[in-house]
Amino acid sequence: MKRLFLLILLAAALPVRADVRVFACEPEWAALAKELGGDKVSAWSATHALQDPHRIEARPSLIARARNAQLVVCTGAELEAGWLPPVLRESGNAAVQPGRPGYFEAAQFVTRLEIPTRIDRSEGDVHASGNPHIQLDPRNLLAVAAPLAKRLGELDAANAGHYAARQQAFAERMRAAIARWEKEAIPLRGLRVVAQHKSFSYLFHWLGLVEAGTLEPKPGIEPGSAHLAQLLGQAKARPEGGASPGRGSTLGVQQARLIVRTPFDSPRPGEWLAERSGMPLVTLPFTVGGSERAQDLFGLFDDTLAKLRGES
Amino acid sequence: MQRIALLALAASLALPAAAGEEFAPEASLILQGQYRRTKDVPERAISGYWSAGHDHGASRRLTFDDSELVAGARLGGSARAQLNLAWHNNKVEVEEAWLQALGLGNGFTLKGGRFLSGIGYLNEQHSHAWDFADAPLMSKALFGEHFAQDGLQLKWVAPTELFVELGAEVGRGNAFPGAGSKGAAAFFAHAGDDVGLSHAWRAGLSWLDSRAKGREGHFEDTDPLGPNEVAGRFSGRSRTVAADFVWKWAPDGNPRYRNFKIQAEVFRRTESGDLACVSDVATSPCLGGLALGSLRSVQTGGYAQAVWQFMPQWRAGYRYDRLNAGAKSYDAATAFAALDPANAYFSRHRPTRHSLMLDWSQDEFSLLRLQLARDKSMPGVTDNQLTLQYIVSFGAHGAHKF
Repeated sequence: MKRLFLLILLAAALPVRADVRVFACEPEWAALAKELGGDKVSAWSATHALQDPHRIEARPSLIARARNAQLVVCTGAELEAGWLPPVLRESGNAAVQPGRPGYFEAAQFVTRLEIPTRIDRSEGDVHASGNPHIQLDPRNLLAVAAPLAKRLGELDAANAGHYAARQQAFAERMRAAIARWEKEAIPLRGLRVVAQHKSFSYLFHWLGLVEAGTLEPKPGIEPGSAHLAQLLGQAKARPEGGASPGRGSTLGVQQARLIVRTPFDSPRPGEWLAERSGMPLVTLPFTVGGSERAQDLFGLFDDTLAKLRGES
Repeated sequence: MQRIALLALAASLALPAAAGEEFAPEASLILQGQYRRTKDVPERAISGYWSAGHDHGASRRLTFDDSELVAGARLGGSARAQLNLAWHNNKVEVEEAWLQALGLGNGFTLKGGRFLSGIGYLNEQHSHAWDFADAPLMSKALFGEHFAQDGLQLKWVAPTELFVELGAEVGRGNAFPGAGSKGAAAFFAHAGDDVGLSHAWRAGLSWLDSRAKGREGHFEDTDPLGPNEVAGRFSGRSRTVAADFVWKWAPDGNPRYRNFKIQAEVFRRTESGDLACVSDVATSPCLGGLALGSLRSVQTGGYAQAVWQFMPQWRAGYRYDRLNAGAKSYDAATAFAALDPANAYFSRHRPTRHSLMLDWSQDEFSLLRLQLARDKSMPGVTDNQLTLQYIVSFGAHGAHKF
């Protein structure tokens, strides 16, 4: 009995794992934490590429993972407002509560797009902090990597140099890749694209693509047949007198070339429009794990660009 | 003792606030409306069960009950406060008003104030989060609807990959099945996990020990001049054990388009103590209070339900309720000298109910629901009920527990 007790004490005293346990809300942050931490970090993503990060249930497994995490890395900007607050509260983990060093919100470190001037539910599920899907502009990853490496160094001071060095190396590789991607994307500049949800605003902004319309009538509202029919009408209309398509909704999807969706959006509305308008429907990976090639952050953009260029 | 604990809690909350931590308030308003058409039953009761407040419901009615105002605030990373005010029978009630310390660490959280008890599964959910327009018969029979504690709750989450949570509560014990501030203690254990990408479950065991002093219920007496409404009174101990289970499915873990949920809860309640009745009607045998000997009851029951979102925005659900009359022991000669044996409480009827619902949500902030139910809570009455309900929420984005 006494020996058993000693064994339990010993087991409790021994560090189970020396690495920093990271709970990432989305796969891109788990991937980034791995890039920065290497074998000093074990990163677990609460969601995967087939899940809509807006609509996650505060499942018991998430609470158990948050309980044992040393660092929670999330997008923020209210993306996880429907599920993360109860997960963190229920976890009983003081270190990862908002405001503590163990809580990191990526969106705070980037310039957010589409910050609304007023919040009105009649405009759909609009986030007061702007569009939260920041990961598809790789320059945002660079902006997040530096403070994230710093945070890892603060939580695991013994390895601060390790994180700083890895961040340098990551930034170098990423900058080189960005230059390459931007060159590859020159022919895509000005391409008019219809997106299912406002999931790709940062990608379009980065590469100079134009979001000609969305299948959702308003953010978070399911695409209805009336709205789709309206989009189809616009897509079929010929531009009058060669005038360039306006920004207003009436001319929105004229001359659009492509419909894009994430792996978790229902393919049906896009397929419906694709079939009738002749525009191809392309599934972009959206995050790490969203396609076979998007196995890390570099693969994510390689594959996204290839798909936009119609190469895969 | 309790006061000291509350003081300690208040101090632990005040410290970080004083240290200048971020204060993040949020508010939301939830409006509910129900139109209900039921059979005209003069005295509604769940047969065989102590009436936890009784209902002279009209057969057709429109109510805005359970419309709620919720205010919450996070005090840095160390605490959270929440207030829920609900509209009930033309009154505003404080459903919850609590402070929760989140900075204890090691998996511990401490909540103090008035809060919905963590026992069972449905009990912690406010009515706007229910899948049906009304509570299961089990919740109504056991708690009147919800069991709220005025007290303290300590919870602990185990440091394991399997979700394991233990909780203990102490409360004043005024809420049914307790009465007279004799105290109530509750314990619960939850476990849960994912199975593959598409499945998740949670199971729980709960135990509630309440003491009642003069707990009132609605009875009719044996006055030879005609029955009077008198107060039955129970003083003694009420112990409830309950098990709950919920299992959810969503293809690839993405519930947005399609999902399925099964949930069931069962209970066993044992009450032992003394029965009395009291009336101020001059001819009532209960005039001035009359002891009716000892009372002991063992009752069981539960419900099971399934809800299926078969396409975006649309869900259909079925619920089956069943309560067993169980066993009661009392001295019939003494009890029935004063109380009419036809009182619902003494009935051997087994209440059952079937409910079907269909709801449609425009988005996460609005819902319309149609519910049809065949309620056999009372002997000889088959009540076909129709309910139309809407729920609209404004303000902070709601976040619900699993």
